[in-house]
Amino acid sequence: MKALNLIKKYAMFTVLAVIFCVFSITAPAFLQISNLLDLTRQTSMLGIAAVGMTFVVLLGGIDLSIGSQISMINVVTAFLMISGGVNPWLACLIGLIMTTLTGFVNGWIVANIGIPAIIVTLATQIILQGAAYKICGGLPIYGFPEEFSIVGQGYLWIIPIPVIIMFVIFGVGSFTLNKTYFGRYFYAVGGNEEASRLSGIKIKNIKYLAYTLSGFFAGVAGVVMLSRTNSAQPIAGQGFEFDALTAAILGGVSVTGGSGKISNVVAGTLIIGVLTNGFVLLNIDSYTQMIIKGIVLLLAVGYDCMQKNRKVKMAAV
Amino acid sequence: MAEKKLALKLENITKSYPGVVALNHVTLELVEGEIHALVGENGAGKSTLIKTCAGAEIPDSGKIIVEGNEFSAMTPKFAENCGIEVIYQEFNLVEELSVAENIFLGSEIKKGFIIDKKAMVESSRKLLQELNISIDPNALIKDLTVGYQQMVEIAKAFSKNAKILIMDEPSAPLTNAEVERMFELVDKLKAKGVSIIYISHRLEEIFRLSDRITVLRDGKEIKTMDTSSTNIDELVKLMVGRELEETFPSRKNTIREETLLEANNLCGNGLRDVSFVLKRGEILGFAGLIGAGRTELAELIFGAKKKTSGQIFFKGKEISPQSPKDAINYGIALVPEDRKRQGAVLPMAIRENISMASLEKLSRFFMIHKDEEKLIANTFKDSLQIKTPSMEQAVNNLSGGNQQKVVLAKWLATNPDLIILDEPTRGIDVGAKHEIYKIMNDLVESGKTIIMISSEMPELMGMTDRIIVLAEGKMTGEVMRNEFDQELIMSYASKNGSKTFKNGDLL
Repeated sequence: MKALNLIKKYAMFTVLAVIFCVFSITAPAFLQISNLLDLTRQTSMLGIAAVGMTFVVLLGGIDLSIGSQISMINVVTAFLMISGGVNPWLACLIGLIMTTLTGFVNGWIVANIGIPAIIVTLATQIILQGAAYKICGGLPIYGFPEEFSIVGQGYLWIIPIPVIIMFVIFGVGSFTLNKTYFGRYFYAVGGNEEASRLSGIKIKNIKYLAYTLSGFFAGVAGVVMLSRTNSAQPIAGQGFEFDALTAAILGGVSVTGGSGKISNVVAGTLIIGVLTNGFVLLNIDSYTQMIIKGIVLLLAVGYDCMQKNRKVKMAAV
Repeated sequence: MAEKKLALKLENITKSYPGVVALNHVTLELVEGEIHALVGENGAGKSTLIKTCAGAEIPDSGKIIVEGNEFSAMTPKFAENCGIEVIYQEFNLVEELSVAENIFLGSEIKKGFIIDKKAMVESSRKLLQELNISIDPNALIKDLTVGYQQMVEIAKAFSKNAKILIMDEPSAPLTNAEVERMFELVDKLKAKGVSIIYISHRLEEIFRLSDRITVLRDGKEIKTMDTSSTNIDELVKLMVGRELEETFPSRKNTIREETLLEANNLCGNGLRDVSFVLKRGEILGFAGLIGAGRTELAELIFGAKKKTSGQIFFKGKEISPQSPKDAINYGIALVPEDRKRQGAVLPMAIRENISMASLEKLSRFFMIHKDEEKLIANTFKDSLQIKTPSMEQAVNNLSGGNQQKVVLAKWLATNPDLIILDEPTRGIDVGAKHEIYKIMNDLVESGKTIIMISSEMPELMGMTDRIIVLAEGKMTGEVMRNEFDQELIMSYASKNGSKTFKNGDLL
């Protein structure tokens, strides 16, 4: 019984382990250290963005603008470096401030105007995508200073820098949610907004914070991507929000808000990373990959909903 | 009343839910063409009875007889076929559709597959004219006032050839002028031979409208009588005539000299000129009907809603709480009436619920001091006797009474001076009720002050030092403990708020 509970609690790590074993057997190159490091490096941007998404989904919201935020920071930072001659680190900082502010604006509109998050962030997604095209004229920007590549391509000993950044951000997210009082408030507000308000929690501030963090983390993911690819594309982040959402939900973050843990989001992120990497090694084309990822998302949400229904029934008895 | 035909007869209807007998062998005869008033306190069984008629509830036993046909239960479809229509407090109208479209919703006039809008508008117009209602059938429901919306609802029922119309508190959302027009409409329906069951808390209305009255109390039919043969006093007596069944822990006088709270001419959130003084150590009760303004008053003091004018003095200083957080900082707590929606975060752990309102005090550099949090949670587990195997359980898994204790613990953890309890024992069993009463006694003994809002008269009279009665947002009476009398309080509560108490009348 205890073992069963343990498996249930770490269900996604179990799933991860199974997928891991399957690929180890079917794709010989999979287990090589270089491949595993590569895999985590490829996944790092997703992990970083998924942490931001986690904060938003905990409140029962969603941030569809993450992909466009990534495209935007790619283009803006590159534009500042190349056309503006700005120092690369300053350019990154300006880019990060921009995405953080965009996130705040998302949160402000959701909290104060009352437009559903899915609509607000869909609108900002479209606006930012258009703006990204405008700035670069639809063409890629490249030719960054040498030192900038360290963020995405550098190593600390044998560990890729982006992986370190990802785990630092996982740590920050986990610490915030587990140790701080405002982290706790995310669960409270997501679980019962009215009760939270009447308990003296400033609901609006928590909403601002969620979307602001989501914007900031999307920005960080964007910087890593820019440095890794060495070229800014106006569609660099397209569809990224859905991968981030999938990772969060695979990690057990409930779409109705109020529950979820960063540690499980780590598993969710790695599942997507391992699947993507394994498919490439097995030479499965990207369209098939999309089909499988879609099914995985449905299964994860379906599992979450079934768990919820069971709990409701139990509570009714 | 000799040899009148019965439109509807309910015979020996019994309905019980786990732990409660909602209807206990109730018999009701509705004579054709009469307006029959159904009265009783909250929870007397009125709603269950009309739901039984409408087919929304299936009785455990008894018979429903419509025009000589006996049924053991109704279904919604069947009730409609029998000509039974119910006007609930929540209207069944589609806001975005027109009056005509709503009247014919589900029974649209069609030409082939196409809806014949013209014919619907025309026949709606005729219907509305017949009932003397001046509404454009093309108007959208959302553009109408509540009064007119209700008229559309009534017209819709009439258009379905309703023979029996059941109206649940129809006057509650209406203004005085609208109520008058609704009465005219009801009289008109009666003249057309419709039999009406009319439910209302406002006793004056019942004497104005009804032919006969049936009183329900605790799920039992107490008496049915001709309206002309009774009066308000008798009616009130019949409605509340229950003895104090629950036993209350004995109360000591814990009232101290210090004035804790003083409200002067509070207005806003539906309240008009509410003034009162509260001493430290007192339990002050607020009585009144649903919508009388009791919860609204609590929201004002707690900063959940803002006052438009008036003053609140707390511990000698004027305060103006702008948010619950402000109120908490002043030392005010509110245990809200809807435990599941407003009180507890059900999926969170008991420990986390208890610390929720005092979390910032339990934190250093934003970090929650977990040991202290656990300590506080466990302290309240012991002192309030919260029954749970673990404080890490989700509140969801607890019984109603224990959930309420968790919510109470959350507020006591903020160390408030004033605790507002809004329906603190609603939906919890007798044993847990008694424990809550004992906790209340302990609290005032330790120098806390309590405002208690309740719809259960015996509990208010058993637990409070003084009761202020509200009706329609105004104070209509104040009764000291030694003068407590259900009938007196009920008669204040049924007033329409015309008589106001000035500040000088208090104490």
